[in-house]
Amino acid sequence: MSLPILSLLIFFPVLGAVILLGTGKENEKKIKGMALVFSLVEFVLTLPLWFAFDKTTHHMQFVERHSWISLFNIEYYLGLDGISILFVLLSTLITILCVLVSWHSIQLKIKEFFVCLLLLEGAMIGVFCALDFFLFYIFWEAMLIPMFLLIGIWGGPNRIYAATKFFLYTLVGSLLMLVGIITLYMQGGNTFDILALAEQSYPLKLQLMLFWGFFAAFAVKVPMWPVHTWLPDAHTEAPAAGSVVLAAILIKMGAYGFLRFSLPILPEATTAMIMPMIILSLIAIVYGGLICLAQTDLKRLIAYSSVSHMGFVTLGIFSLNTQSVGGGILQMINHGVITGALFLAIGMVYERTHTRLISDYGGLATRMPVLASFFLLFTLASIGLPGTNGFIGEFLILLGSFMTRPWVALIAASGLIIGAWYMLWLYQRIFFNPVNPRWDSIRRLDRREIITFLPLVILIFWIGLFPNHMLSYMHVSVAHLLEQVTGNPAGIANGVQFGLDAATALPLSH
Amino acid sequence: MPTYLLLIPFLPLFSFVVTFLVGKRLGVHSHWLPIITVLISFSCAIYAFFQVKNGYRVNTDLYTWISSGAMTVSVGFLLDELTSVMLIVVTSVSALVHIYSVSYMKEEAGYYRFFSYLSLFTFSMLMLVLGNNFLQLFFGWEAVGLSSYLLIGFYYNKMAAADAGKKAFIVNRFGDFGFILGLFLIYASFGTLHYEPVFANVAQIATQTFTMLGVTFNLPTAIALLLFCGAIGKSAQLPLHVWLPDAMEGPTPVSALIHAATMVTAGVFLVARCNPIFALSMTALNVITIVGSITCLFAATIALTQTDIKRVVAYSTISQLAYMFIACGVGAYSAGVFHLFTHAYFKALLFLGCGSIILGMHHEQDVKYMGGLKKYMPITYWTFLLASLSISGVPGFAGFFSKDEILAMAFVSPVGAGKFAWFIGTIVAGMTAFYSFRLFFLIFHGKFRGTAEQQHHLKESPKTITIPLILLAIGAVGAGAFGVPAVLGGNANWSHFLEPVLGHPQAHPSHFTEIILMIISVGAGALGIFLAWKMYINNPGLPQKIQDRFPLLYRLSLHKYYVDEIYGFLIVKPMNSFSRNFILNFFDIGLIDTIVNGIPKLIGQLSGTIRKVQNGLVSHYLAYMGGGIVFIIFLIYARS
Repeated sequence: MSLPILSLLIFFPVLGAVILLGTGKENEKKIKGMALVFSLVEFVLTLPLWFAFDKTTHHMQFVERHSWISLFNIEYYLGLDGISILFVLLSTLITILCVLVSWHSIQLKIKEFFVCLLLLEGAMIGVFCALDFFLFYIFWEAMLIPMFLLIGIWGGPNRIYAATKFFLYTLVGSLLMLVGIITLYMQGGNTFDILALAEQSYPLKLQLMLFWGFFAAFAVKVPMWPVHTWLPDAHTEAPAAGSVVLAAILIKMGAYGFLRFSLPILPEATTAMIMPMIILSLIAIVYGGLICLAQTDLKRLIAYSSVSHMGFVTLGIFSLNTQSVGGGILQMINHGVITGALFLAIGMVYERTHTRLISDYGGLATRMPVLASFFLLFTLASIGLPGTNGFIGEFLILLGSFMTRPWVALIAASGLIIGAWYMLWLYQRIFFNPVNPRWDSIRRLDRREIITFLPLVILIFWIGLFPNHMLSYMHVSVAHLLEQVTGNPAGIANGVQFGLDAATALPLSH
Repeated sequence: MPTYLLLIPFLPLFSFVVTFLVGKRLGVHSHWLPIITVLISFSCAIYAFFQVKNGYRVNTDLYTWISSGAMTVSVGFLLDELTSVMLIVVTSVSALVHIYSVSYMKEEAGYYRFFSYLSLFTFSMLMLVLGNNFLQLFFGWEAVGLSSYLLIGFYYNKMAAADAGKKAFIVNRFGDFGFILGLFLIYASFGTLHYEPVFANVAQIATQTFTMLGVTFNLPTAIALLLFCGAIGKSAQLPLHVWLPDAMEGPTPVSALIHAATMVTAGVFLVARCNPIFALSMTALNVITIVGSITCLFAATIALTQTDIKRVVAYSTISQLAYMFIACGVGAYSAGVFHLFTHAYFKALLFLGCGSIILGMHHEQDVKYMGGLKKYMPITYWTFLLASLSISGVPGFAGFFSKDEILAMAFVSPVGAGKFAWFIGTIVAGMTAFYSFRLFFLIFHGKFRGTAEQQHHLKESPKTITIPLILLAIGAVGAGAFGVPAVLGGNANWSHFLEPVLGHPQAHPSHFTEIILMIISVGAGALGIFLAWKMYINNPGLPQKIQDRFPLLYRLSLHKYYVDEIYGFLIVKPMNSFSRNFILNFFDIGLIDTIVNGIPKLIGQLSGTIRKVQNGLVSHYLAYMGGGIVFIIFLIYARS
């Protein structure tokens, strides 16, 4: 690969942002149109990745490597593997939808809004591509600023509190990670090269310290229980596009961090910390689900449901076998698609009603039947109905965790009941029941809004019915990762001490 | 993969997609595509049946659905004796309900939506029965649940309907919770989720055990009971039966198709399909028999006093499904599937009869306001009578053959609870005859008790309604012909046909025993009909007297043993209040957020001087950065 495709992907949106900044702010249509074009071109630029990616190797692809600050051995080092590639694709897709959903809902400082969005996109892609820890940290922090502004400027009435909380929470985490990075730099032979750092072994005590340092940053982002309370506030106050990016991409970075750093660099600490991580995940699943039953605010409910769903993701990652980790990564994509879609839909509703109170709704299916159909599909995907993408991820995670610890799957599976409970209850209170006459003259979905949903609808069914198209990208990389952590490319899969011998079972199995 | 087999499920899927997307524009013509496709599916199902009868089998994968490491599951079809029977049940009842709905739903807004959901349901149910692996079964299982949810809540602006749909889905999720764990345990035991290798190797796990949280289970028992959890939910057995009566909020054709003839029998199908696993566990078989027996009696006693005609039939369905589970529990799977088959026709007929009556009565469902409908609705009357005779087990009718086979097999079964099941089953046979004819007499005989307005409009339903009734009546009477026992001069075709899949019951009653048992159960049925006649025709004051004599029993039955209230009190309310008061208010807001908001405040106070200089939020960041740097220095020192 001679074409620096990844750099192009990172800096094209930045360039777009700069061009937008130079545009006169009077012409709103032109600004929106340009933002849309930039995001579309960016998405088209990511498509070659999908086709050119070699699924048979775990080695980094599309690599770009240049010395940057040679004094500290800091490099400009980019590359993708089977774990990160899908997130780049998802990021560029989601950004288009964010531009579309903001078409009318953003009335204030329109130019600046889209500039923020594009800068955010560049930084997000940078996070997924960076293979130098220092570079990673820069993108990681750079991402924080546009997001902070999105909430703080274009957010709801309580936006300052929410933005500050978001900023402080993530900053505390990030600083602890920075400490970890510097320690690792000094211990790992003065390099920030993530792959080289993973090659070395460190004393367990140091590993554990670093593990918790990284944990602080990643757990806040996921967010894991009990450091999740910034998420509901951030989501409720953020504008629709902010919520969508937050749900679809930003909170995936925490889980991605575990996969990229904690697991391969600190394998012994990871295996030593499996139990606490699993317990935190289980608490998140159940706690996040139950708290949804008590929500009166539409966006808060979906925000808390993210806590529960991300609990499944971390459970999958720390169950450390092929199915659970593969399912976990797929579920990150799935959650991005589904919750992104839910926040898009809620954004469209909010734009019309200006209320987030669930009790203000009722019977909306009569007034907005097309939206009701879309929302139902997203709800079903969220509760893991087979045939939708949500099922595949949850099924693989639960199956993988069952293979190592059946009781964990038993507790986690209760999330399926609670999930159906709060989501269908929510759906009923908004779309079913007697019509609230307040919304008698509510505007139906227009073509732009329907188009916004379509890519996500396609993804829900595509992944739900043909998940191998996605899973095949990650197989080799996941196997490599598991080998790094557990010494076995299948991971920890022998927790079950009964059933047929593999020798007798395999020839018969399909 | 033969094309006709692919057409069976995928034509209804095609019909769903098209009707859902463009049905609105088709308006009153939107029923054509669903009807035509389901009729083609039905023809293909008949063809498939004869193919199987000639010894032809299919077990082919369509494509690989999920592949992750060693785990691979396909979408694939299995056509064998059991499948072929289910295909006929599903497509035939579905086709008749489609046709029936043309008149029944004529005036409704969302006509196209109704037909698209019917197609979705038909597709889902066919995928459920056609799958060659557990995960596809689960796909169909959840998809029929979705169709049921949509159709129960068809009148979604009505709170009760929306509630009922949601309840059905969530209660079923409790069952699915066990079901999916059962799937995991199967995968953990066999390394595959496909039927063929699982059933072929099932003997190898017979004596293995499985330990979880310190408790050791016999492996086949654990798998069987977990799967049975799913069956309890879908087939509305105790303690997860509560959703089915509420599901009557859905349009009546839906009640006939989904909540009587097909979907609710999926649990029975599951147990029958997995019979090699269940056969390994006496414990599981006993549990199924006992749950079946108790549900059978429980639901029948509730049906005795209900006055909403659809509720009576709904409780009757729960009770009849319980008979099928008794059959499976005592190892007589083919008897269970036989009852599934006959029940599909006579129960669909009862429901569609109810629908015809409800239409005639202008959406009045309470039997208190009916009476004497015989002369206004002769076809409905006669077909309803045939269905009632069939469910009451009157000799010669379909229900007689299937029910008596179950009772006879239960009586001689080596399963411990068999005799108990026989005893309960025989009592319930009497109750069934009683409540069926109570309903029958109250609807069709005596004086009309509704308004003059209603009476004025009473007339027989149109042909698209009466023709399906007549066709179903043929099934309700004649479906038994496939399984006439040897003692009555038949040759037990039914169980021979299904034997390759369902195996052979361990014990057979002698002809003498069979005759005696038959006499007893027919006697019970006759007594039930007689009592119904006595109480509702001969001496109409009698029910009130009995009511006054046993007020407690009456109230228990009328209020369905207060199970809904108990669940509300023990599960729903505590869950909601625990979530609100403890998790949200105490823990999330009270504890975590107090700490989170407290720390910056504290730091802000400590760094008061900086705050004065820098004003605003920046001070917080500085404080944190300072803390971080101190930490780094500390680390470096600690290291050196």
